[in-house]
Amino acid sequence: MKPAPFVYDAPRELDELLALLAREDEDVKVLAGGQSLVPLLNFRLARPDRLVDLNGVASLAFLRVDDGVLRIGALARHADLERSPDVAAGWPLIAEAVRHVGHPQIRARGTVCGSVAHADPAAELPVALCALDARFHVRSARGSRVLTSDELFLGFLTTSLEPDELLVEIEVPAMPDGSGSGFAEHARTHGDFAVGGAAAVVTPGGARLALLGAGPVPARFDGSVEELPDAAVAGLSFTGADAGWRRALLRELARRALERAAA
Amino acid sequence: MRVSMEINGRPYEGDVEPRTLLSDFIRHGAGLHGTHVGCEHGVCGACTVQLDGEPVRSCLMLAVQANGRSLRTVESLAPPEGLHPIQAAFQETHALQCGFCTPGFLMTIEAFLRERPHPTETEIREALAGNLCRCTGYKAIIEAVELAAERLRRS
Repeated sequence: MKPAPFVYDAPRELDELLALLAREDEDVKVLAGGQSLVPLLNFRLARPDRLVDLNGVASLAFLRVDDGVLRIGALARHADLERSPDVAAGWPLIAEAVRHVGHPQIRARGTVCGSVAHADPAAELPVALCALDARFHVRSARGSRVLTSDELFLGFLTTSLEPDELLVEIEVPAMPDGSGSGFAEHARTHGDFAVGGAAAVVTPGGARLALLGAGPVPARFDGSVEELPDAAVAGLSFTGADAGWRRALLRELARRALERAAA
Repeated sequence: MRVSMEINGRPYEGDVEPRTLLSDFIRHGAGLHGTHVGCEHGVCGACTVQLDGEPVRSCLMLAVQANGRSLRTVESLAPPEGLHPIQAAFQETHALQCGFCTPGFLMTIEAFLRERPHPTETEIREALAGNLCRCTGYKAIIEAVELAAERLRRS
C-alpha cells in the first residue's frame, strides 16, 4: 500500500505556496500534519499530481494571544493546543476538546487548521470552534477573506475553500466575562471517531451549543441551558434503526456539556 | 530526492521518491527492522517512532518530511547489555506474545512516561489507545507501564 507518484514541493514562503496552489493545470493538495491526507494517499483514494508541503513555512507556525484573541496558525498542531497554558486558561473548551482528538501520535503531527479544512463530521475541533464563534482566515494568490463556521462548513468533508485557497489562521474571540464551557463526547474507544459530542458555552446572557454527530457539519443552537438539550435534538432528522438511540445520546451529551459549562 | 536524517544518534542518507513513507525508509533505506509496519494507514500504531522526541506514526509521514530531523526507533532503547526498564517490565508482566506491536507500544510509552512520570491507570489507557495489540491483551501491557513507571521514578 503506497501512494501513487506525485511531485513534491516544500516552499519556505507563504506567497510561494499560494502560487503553487493557484496552478490550474494540476490537481494540487496541501500537506500539513498528514494525519488524514496520508492515509488517503496510501489507499490511493487521493492521487494528487502535486503535494505542497506546508511544514517549511515558518510564518504559519504560531499559536498566540493578541489582545485577548486566540490565533491558531496553519501549522499549530493539536499537541501545541494541548500543552498551551494560554489555551487552558482562556479557552478551556478547546483544551478539553483537543484531548479527544485521536491519539498522542496523531496529536503530535495533526494540525488544527488541517482538521478544520478536512471537515470530517466526526472531528471535535470544528464543533468546539463553532460554539466559540471562531472566524476562519483564508488566503490565496487572489486575496484574503474571513469566514464564519456557517460559511466554511458546507457538508461531509466539504468546505467553501476554493482549490487555490489556504486556511492560514483560526481566530477565536475571548470568552465573555462570567462565562463557562463544557465538552462531552461518546466514542467506543478513547480517541476513536466519536459517535456523538457536544460543545457548550454558557454566558450570562444565554447558552450556545454545537453538536457533533448530528449531521454532516457542526450543528449550532442558541438558547437557554434548560431548554437547549431538548430543543436541539427535536429538530434533528435521524433515520435508521438507531435513530432513537442517537437522539437520546446527543440529548444526554448536550445536557452534560451544558451542565459543566453552567457550573 | 536526497534525504538525510539522524536515527538513534547516527546519520543516515538515501535517495528516495517523494512518495516513500518514512516507515519504509527506516526499514529499507536505513535497514532498521525493529520498526514494524502494520496497517499503513495510521490505525494500528505499530510503526510508532519518535520525531524530535514526540511519538509519531511513521507510516503517515513521507521520508522527505523527516529530512534534517532527528528520529528514535526501538533500536535506541536497550543499553549495550540488558534491556530498557520498559522492555524489562514487558518481559516480566508477559506484556508481549507475538511481539509485532511491541516496538510501537515501547516508543509510545517511553515518550508518555517522560511527560507523565506519575500516570493514573486512566491516563495509561488513553495513552495506549492509539496502539493495537491483537494477541496479548491490554491488561498485561497496562501492568507493564505501571511497573516501568515505578522503576523509572526510582532510578
